[in-house]
Amino acid sequence: MFESVTPPPVRPLAPPKIQVRDLKLSYGAQEVLHGISFDVDRNDIFAIIGPAQSGKSTLLKCLNRTIELLPNARQSGQVLIDGVDVSELPSVYSLRRRVGMVAPLPVGLPLSIFDNVAFAPRASGFHDKQELAALVERCLRQAALWDEVKDRLHTLGTKLSGGQQQRLTIARALSHEPEVLCLDEFSIAIDPVTTMRIEDVLKELKQHMTIVLVTNLVQQARRLAGRTMFLWNGEIVEEGATDVVFSDQPQSRKTYDYVNGIFG
Amino acid sequence: MAATFAETPLIRSKHRQEAVVRVILGLMAFAMVLPLLAIVGYLVVQAWPLLSWDFLTQNPTGGMRKGGVWSALLGTIYLVTTSLVIAAPVGVLAAVYLNEYAKQGWLTRIINLAVVNLAGVPSIVHALFGLGAFVLFAGIGRSILAASLTLAIMTLPVIIASTKEALASVPMSFREACWNVGATRWQTIRGIVLPNSISGILTGVILQVSRTAGETAPIMFTGAVFFKRIPEGDPFAYGLYDQCMALSMHLFTITTQVTEAPKALPYATAVVLLGTVLLVNAVAIALRVKLRARKKW
Repeated sequence: MFESVTPPPVRPLAPPKIQVRDLKLSYGAQEVLHGISFDVDRNDIFAIIGPAQSGKSTLLKCLNRTIELLPNARQSGQVLIDGVDVSELPSVYSLRRRVGMVAPLPVGLPLSIFDNVAFAPRASGFHDKQELAALVERCLRQAALWDEVKDRLHTLGTKLSGGQQQRLTIARALSHEPEVLCLDEFSIAIDPVTTMRIEDVLKELKQHMTIVLVTNLVQQARRLAGRTMFLWNGEIVEEGATDVVFSDQPQSRKTYDYVNGIFG
Repeated sequence: MAATFAETPLIRSKHRQEAVVRVILGLMAFAMVLPLLAIVGYLVVQAWPLLSWDFLTQNPTGGMRKGGVWSALLGTIYLVTTSLVIAAPVGVLAAVYLNEYAKQGWLTRIINLAVVNLAGVPSIVHALFGLGAFVLFAGIGRSILAASLTLAIMTLPVIIASTKEALASVPMSFREACWNVGATRWQTIRGIVLPNSISGILTGVILQVSRTAGETAPIMFTGAVFFKRIPEGDPFAYGLYDQCMALSMHLFTITTQVTEAPKALPYATAVVLLGTVLLVNAVAIALRVKLRARKKW
């Protein structure tokens, strides 16, 4: 916004959906993000790769301000969505509806499948029965779960299998019609076939929203992402078009080693 | 390979050890049940000549040597119910705050420390506090209300502790999932946390309250009397500002103050007191069974 970031010619002209500016985050005395800056394009899948403890999940928590729920987290720097600093938004609850979040381990709430998906709309005062039913069906279809559960919408969501619960989690994240969808290692607890189905879902979803994908599977980033960022110990090693990051000559030797499994 | 599965001395000794440990642990567990069976059995046998419906529904007569325990039984029910009505909402809401809202800090630590220490205060000290604070300072006078307030203060810390435990049994990931879709803390508590911990909370509250039925010291100075005649068969015979009799106090007086009472009388009174407590506990156990059956994850 203020400083002139010259975009590379391949990038679309639309202003970026998310801008992160000099973001620092520490838990107590330990700093885990050391001042990082990057942009996320609209309607792109933006992948964040990097080993454990590199700050990937912490970074996602800054996007929807759930970081504020951790007792000793301290943040400086800015996260802007559509050019507006999220810390200056009047309501953190509407921010969290705009930024959907899918956690690493699937969480079926102890409610029926229907109520799991209807939870967020109801929490924002949406009670019309027919519209709710239509919304639930749409979200479950988008998450590729509808066909498996359409006959038992009123059974407990917690009794579904792990892969189904993960898709239920995605359906729940879609239920509040987010503009940004963050997924934190969504495939950690599910089988490869289900993973591929969800990846197809994501390709479809990026027509409607911006997706931030944290993943430990570097090949998943390669398959899905337009741009990829390599995070290492709270610093950006490299951020660029996925083709470049995964090419034989990325900007950093470290990136090459990491994506090719030479270390990490 | 066959040799691998042959019985070596080591394997035989493992089996022997397992059998011995099993027997010892089993005996210990059974030993837990014996005192209860012995107490109940002994009391019922001793009390048998007096146990009848009339014993429950008649006032004590003849200088407490005849009649039943009606006014004491009703007094105990009043005290327990009133202290439940006072302590349960305060305790549960305080626990919800401490478990769901309070940030970890010195203030929260002090509150938690106070709760733990309040639980360790002897009941006779609570009695004197109740006498000073409710009967004299607040001017309520010796009454069911003052005695119930004293009992409520006594049970609050245990209700808070058991409620916090029930709340903490709901996994953190559920709360995070709710916050992630933009739910407030209260929406999360109302929608997910409370519905899945309410049976545990109620079980804890009921168990704690049933213990107050047996308390004597806190009510002795604050509202319980030696003897009081009330209309028989009228469940609304007491008012909140009346003094009342209570089973625990009654048991104390007929064993220590009344001479030449029939031998079975204290035993029968004890059976009624124990029966009341066990009845309340049975409700708590039924709730807990229901809770297990409905477990949702």
